[in-house]
Amino acid sequence: MDEGLADFGEYINAALSDHVIEWTIEHGELTVRVRRDAIARVLTFARDDVNAQFKQLMDVCGVDWPGRDERFDVVYNLLSLTHNRRLRVVTRTDEVTPVPSVTGVFSSADWWERETWDLFGIYFSGHSDLRRIMTDYGFEGHPLRKDFPLTGYVEVRYDQDQKRVVYEPVKLTQEFRNFDFLSPWEGMPEQLPGDEKAGPSEQS
Amino acid sequence: MNQIEPAIPEGGNVDELWTRVTDTVQDKGFILTQVDSLVNWARAGSLWPMTFGLACCAVEMMHTYVSRYDLDRFGVVPRPSPRQSDVIIVAGTLTNKMAPAFRRVYDQMAEPRYVISMGSCANGGGYYHYSYSVVRGCDRVVPVDIFVPGCPPTAEALLYGILQLQKKIKRTGTLWR
Repeated sequence: MDEGLADFGEYINAALSDHVIEWTIEHGELTVRVRRDAIARVLTFARDDVNAQFKQLMDVCGVDWPGRDERFDVVYNLLSLTHNRRLRVVTRTDEVTPVPSVTGVFSSADWWERETWDLFGIYFSGHSDLRRIMTDYGFEGHPLRKDFPLTGYVEVRYDQDQKRVVYEPVKLTQEFRNFDFLSPWEGMPEQLPGDEKAGPSEQS
Repeated sequence: MNQIEPAIPEGGNVDELWTRVTDTVQDKGFILTQVDSLVNWARAGSLWPMTFGLACCAVEMMHTYVSRYDLDRFGVVPRPSPRQSDVIIVAGTLTNKMAPAFRRVYDQMAEPRYVISMGSCANGGGYYHYSYSVVRGCDRVVPVDIFVPGCPPTAEALLYGILQLQKKIKRTGTLWR
């Protein structure tokens, strides 16, 4: 275990005591939970402080916890090449409350915030161009939310009459099925196909 | 009246073909064949595919092009423009967002045009069959001539698919379709 990592967690907690909710080290990785309004302040500190030097923002992403009051986590992964150290900053939000954009601190956050908006529907206030980035043009919904159906709502095909690709509601010939291959019992139906012809079994 | 032998034998033994061709040229000074066999021979012998790599299948497609299997020797030369292409190899996952662009590329190809669907994703959605963003088979968008199964198909499998397409072209006796 990296001793310096705990020291740094203590350090960042002391320096930003108004903004940090808690800090933990799990699997040898430092995670700092911060208040939503202070995210830009915390990232600026992490970037500029001489003991932090997290000059690179590796990723911004979301996590959906459907049962929770504020259901989304927004996760910022930072890398300090100077100190050979990584930091994960996490904040919470819900479907309607915007998170302050950090594009002013890290310009690379621009497209990641767009991606997080696209896939989770998390708003970022102060972002100059919050559009969809990955999903189809005119796509509806946010596919990485837990309440988004796996197969979505529309599918495409080429229409010979209209001479273009058209969108239609999803029609599946076979529903998606989950098989528990590890269990010899769960995947097995009550009656095997064909057994109904054999008549009532002797045991029943 | 002399019996006119077909200059291009069915099922093409190449050595026999060349012996016959050179013999006929030395003997008579000209070669006789049928127009549709000549056209089919030309079409099958210079299948220029549109470069259309969409995912990991594209890597296997590249392997088929380069030195080990060397598609050049079948007259298969990748083209960067649909206007110059005869066949489009759909190598990879066709997403909803890509589908209109793919159809447009197909529409821009000159007739006669052929489609090879390469890999499970292009054949029927494959691993992403139940996904919200993937077309469940590229035959929903364009008519497909050859399906190459595999995930991804080996370079040999794609090569076999191209040879099957050549066979299909050769046995189709039409000038226009």
